[in-house]
Amino acid sequence: MENLSLEIVTLITGIALLLIGIWGLLTQKNLIKMVIGFALFDTGIHIIMVSIGYVKNRTAPILDQAVKTNQAAEKIVDPVPQALVLTAIVIGLGITALMLAFVLKMYQKKKSLEINNFNDLKW
Amino acid sequence: MVKNTFIFVLLVGFVFLFFNLFADFTGNTELNKLAGHYAESGHEEVGAANLVTAVVVTYRGLDTLGEVTILFLSAAIVSFLLKIETSSTDDRKLRTTSEILDTASKILVPVIFIFGIYVFINGHLTPGGGFQGGAIIASGLVLILLAKPLRQISQKLISIVESISGLSFVLLGVAGILFAAGFLDNKILSLGEFGTIFSAGLIPIIYIFVGLKVGAELSSIITNLQENQNEA
Amino acid sequence: MINLLIAIVIGILILIMAIVAIHNKNLVVGIIAAGAVSLFASILYLLLAAPDVAMTEAAIGSGLSTIIFFYVLNKIKKQNG
Repeated sequence: MENLSLEIVTLITGIALLLIGIWGLLTQKNLIKMVIGFALFDTGIHIIMVSIGYVKNRTAPILDQAVKTNQAAEKIVDPVPQALVLTAIVIGLGITALMLAFVLKMYQKKKSLEINNFNDLKW
Repeated sequence: MVKNTFIFVLLVGFVFLFFNLFADFTGNTELNKLAGHYAESGHEEVGAANLVTAVVVTYRGLDTLGEVTILFLSAAIVSFLLKIETSSTDDRKLRTTSEILDTASKILVPVIFIFGIYVFINGHLTPGGGFQGGAIIASGLVLILLAKPLRQISQKLISIVESISGLSFVLLGVAGILFAAGFLDNKILSLGEFGTIFSAGLIPIIYIFVGLKVGAELSSIITNLQENQNEA
Repeated sequence: MINLLIAIVIGILILIMAIVAIHNKNLVVGIIAAGAVSLFASILYLLLAAPDVAMTEAAIGSGLSTIIFFYVLNKIKKQNG
């Protein structure tokens, strides 16, 4: 309990979420369930990245009355992982939409969402 | 059975990998060198109060351009994939929308659009920016479609807004090469007084175009996936 | 200290919601649970001093992406019947 801090808790949450996402992606047979697993995987990676950029007992990287410009380096957390995750979330929505469009196309071909029915390349 | 064992081994492998990566992670107590530089001299070099915006638009501006391009490509592929299918002409009886949703959408949609525009104009001062503002504008569009599912959203308008803002983003970046230090440099305009709305040089203008572009792309994805839009 | 307690509770809720999202047979429940995971994750970002990321996750992860899943589910149901 002594060395349990905020960023360790969120890091463990992120890793567990990522593992649940991979597990869903590998075990589920329904195509939409697989897309949901991929979305959880995405969220887990984002939580891990933001936790690594956190610095103990500091505030958000925005300079205002609370954080003067001359003491910013002692008061703010790392802005770079936040900027990365910000753009990664928006890309994640684009990728999810793309995967769902493929799911729709696959459903039109076979009238089924089961992954086991798509065995055209299997011999 | 073999498959389940394989999945189990893979998950255990991932746990092992992450345990080794983060076993001695005890949290940071100070910034690393790069982040320290951004924190110390970001307000002189860029002039934005929100340092995340400074990183997204100026320090790593090229990455943002590539990211917006990826979003454009995925929106284009979604509309390409869903365009060819035959437009079904069954006139299903849609349940009429409730009075509350109808009236609320009429009053709230302009407010949501104005809030989205506020978020991306103030991106260099407060939390927010082009990506969040674009997402808020697309949420307003979702409210319109929830209240009136049969309403057709003009794809032409969306594509015009999208291409004009994308082109302006690239042209402003090239103007940075011609008149300032490099691609997407924000010192074409003067940096102004720190912490006011007309400050940080080119950042508010670039973020307005990013916001319009992201909003148009997300709107195009949503209208393409909604069932009652004309697919022809 | 209170932040740590909130983070532990939210973390447990996230993991429960994620397991529900994968394991439940009903697709609608799964989609709603995945949206709830995003909503709780945005609270975690706020605790980690990242308001920009929290805004994005709340607007995109739990708003737009849930709506997109439901639109696709509707299209599939329409073609089925």
